[in-house]
Amino acid sequence: MSYSGATQSIVQTITAALKDKPGALLPILHDVQNALGYIPAECVPDIASALNLSRAEVHGVISFYHYFRDTPPGKKTIQLCRAESCQAMGGKLLEEHVKATLGIDFHETTADGQFSLEPVYCLGNCACSPAMQIGKDIYGRVSTAAFDAAINSTGESA
Amino acid sequence: MSVTVYVPNDSSAVSLGADRVAIAIMAEAKKRGIEIDLIRNGSRGLYWLEPLVEVATSAGRTAYAPVQVSDVVGLFDANFIEGGHHALCLGLTEELDYFKKQQRLTFARVGKTDPLSLDDYIQQDGYRGLSNALSLAPADIVKRVTDSGLRGRGGAAFPTGIKWNTVLNTPSAQKYIICNADEGDSGTFSDRMIMEGDPFVLIEGMTIAGLAVGATQGYIYLRVEYPHAHIALNSAIATAYQADYLGDNIQGSGKKFDLEVRLGAGAYVCGEETSLMESLEGKRGLVRFKPPLPAISGLFGQPTVVNNVISLASVPIIMDKGGEYYRDFGLGRSRGTLPMQLAGNIKHPGLVEVAFGMTLRELLYDFGGGSASGRPIRAVQVGGPLGAYLPESQFDTALDYEAFAAIWTVLGHGGVVAFDDTVNMAEMARYSMEFCAIESCGKCTPCRIGSTRGMEVMDEILNGQDLAKNIPLLRDLCNTLLNGSLCALGGMTPYPVLSALNHFPEDFGIHDTANVA
Repeated sequence: MSYSGATQSIVQTITAALKDKPGALLPILHDVQNALGYIPAECVPDIASALNLSRAEVHGVISFYHYFRDTPPGKKTIQLCRAESCQAMGGKLLEEHVKATLGIDFHETTADGQFSLEPVYCLGNCACSPAMQIGKDIYGRVSTAAFDAAINSTGESA
Repeated sequence: MSVTVYVPNDSSAVSLGADRVAIAIMAEAKKRGIEIDLIRNGSRGLYWLEPLVEVATSAGRTAYAPVQVSDVVGLFDANFIEGGHHALCLGLTEELDYFKKQQRLTFARVGKTDPLSLDDYIQQDGYRGLSNALSLAPADIVKRVTDSGLRGRGGAAFPTGIKWNTVLNTPSAQKYIICNADEGDSGTFSDRMIMEGDPFVLIEGMTIAGLAVGATQGYIYLRVEYPHAHIALNSAIATAYQADYLGDNIQGSGKKFDLEVRLGAGAYVCGEETSLMESLEGKRGLVRFKPPLPAISGLFGQPTVVNNVISLASVPIIMDKGGEYYRDFGLGRSRGTLPMQLAGNIKHPGLVEVAFGMTLRELLYDFGGGSASGRPIRAVQVGGPLGAYLPESQFDTALDYEAFAAIWTVLGHGGVVAFDDTVNMAEMARYSMEFCAIESCGKCTPCRIGSTRGMEVMDEILNGQDLAKNIPLLRDLCNTLLNGSLCALGGMTPYPVLSALNHFPEDFGIHDTANVA
């Protein structure tokens, strides 16, 4: 994917607005990912020069944090909790079902580009385990049937 | 005349359909020409009952739960807006046993008020602590917090007053207050409940901390997995600025305190305070060596208070009612209350704020009602992914920092995850090593490499390979992690691993317990 002028302009606008904040890099990366869905490798030099950092430093930060991604996600990102509380309530069986239904593993995107699947280590919804989040929508006590219903309804609205 | 109806906006309640229920109630009310004043409150913390709908009646707030969209028409038919009888009616909310048996100090308002209403906050005793603090000298604020016996609720249980005193006595032109809201432990959600259900109490606590130590800038480092809390905090902060509870001239005192929310990006290790500060500075979240202590050289090299959400949210009531009031709850060196969080395979999961001293068994059975599956509870992990697993023989341990430490376990942030007898504890031990490998910041060798080697050893153990060699190897590796790691991630991963091995050796293929040691 090429780094279009429009994309570059979005990145430069975000960077210009935030670069003078103390510790500006994470806020900038969040805004870029919110705007574009991911952080294209091509925008690293622009961010680095605005903050007077090396490209390696910016790349190092992007790669350190699980949440930041450098590839485009599917239309909806499914975050499935793998942590202990969800495991205690059948999270592993749900995980197998989710992977089989979507035909992908964690960190992958379905061939039709609809869904990306990411593991998450706790959504703070442990009193309603197992939990997942699709886009910004949170789900609790997720059964395999509830998962199927959720992706069917978001699939239609997507 | 309008009727006040409460439908929680707490993200767990929303995950069970609270938004849809709220919409359905308003639509049905409109159809029937009934005027409803809908308040989206926080959760009362009785999560097996969510969505828990409340109606303000002359007798008090009446609960109907759990309510699904399909119940709404029936509730109106039963005249629930006047507390009418219905199969889902539970009576007065505050008379429910689970709620009544608690001592809610830090969570006094959560679930009761409209979280985003400053008026509601003030009417319910909010900002009385700040008002007292504004009339006190910094050292006297610190003394009151020290007198309360409050210890860090994030997990390390370090006395809050002592930390504040160090920052107060370290001269600097710029000091910082950081709220650690990177609540990453599985089984914990008390920080989230405060931020979604009573955000002003956290803002007030941080403002008081700023006055106490002479810090003018605060940051809430919030995990990105909490989008609802992010919205609530930003809204409450904007309101607090408008009403001069934040900014250059707090309530006309001439004192300044600014506050901003910064988002993490999915790194568990950033809950460690030095890693958190690196992240706030815009860097990889690599753990720093200590000393220097953050209280002396913290964020951007300046003296910094780093406290957990619950610690800071407990400060307003201490400043309002006095250190002694808070200290009179609890026992020994564990003073005040601890908001415990019941999760995992438990019939009645939720938030239980009680004074220190109750036993784990009382929490699991009197509050929790036993397992959700109806099978025996076999193991309980207390204190998050770095906390030990307790077998039934340890359930009579009192919830008290020292009592837990005495049996090589931790209370941590108060998370309790129950497992029934279908759990394989060797698999849980493997998961602990895997989690450490995924989340290690990579700075120190024991954690970075030891966790991956630990996973490999656990794979062999799970395959029943060469136990005579692998069990001692696992113990040796845990010993290295325990003593050689830079922070608690590597240093405490042995807690769940070794407690699983020691208490549940049969899951590791060891049937002759003489060989366990």
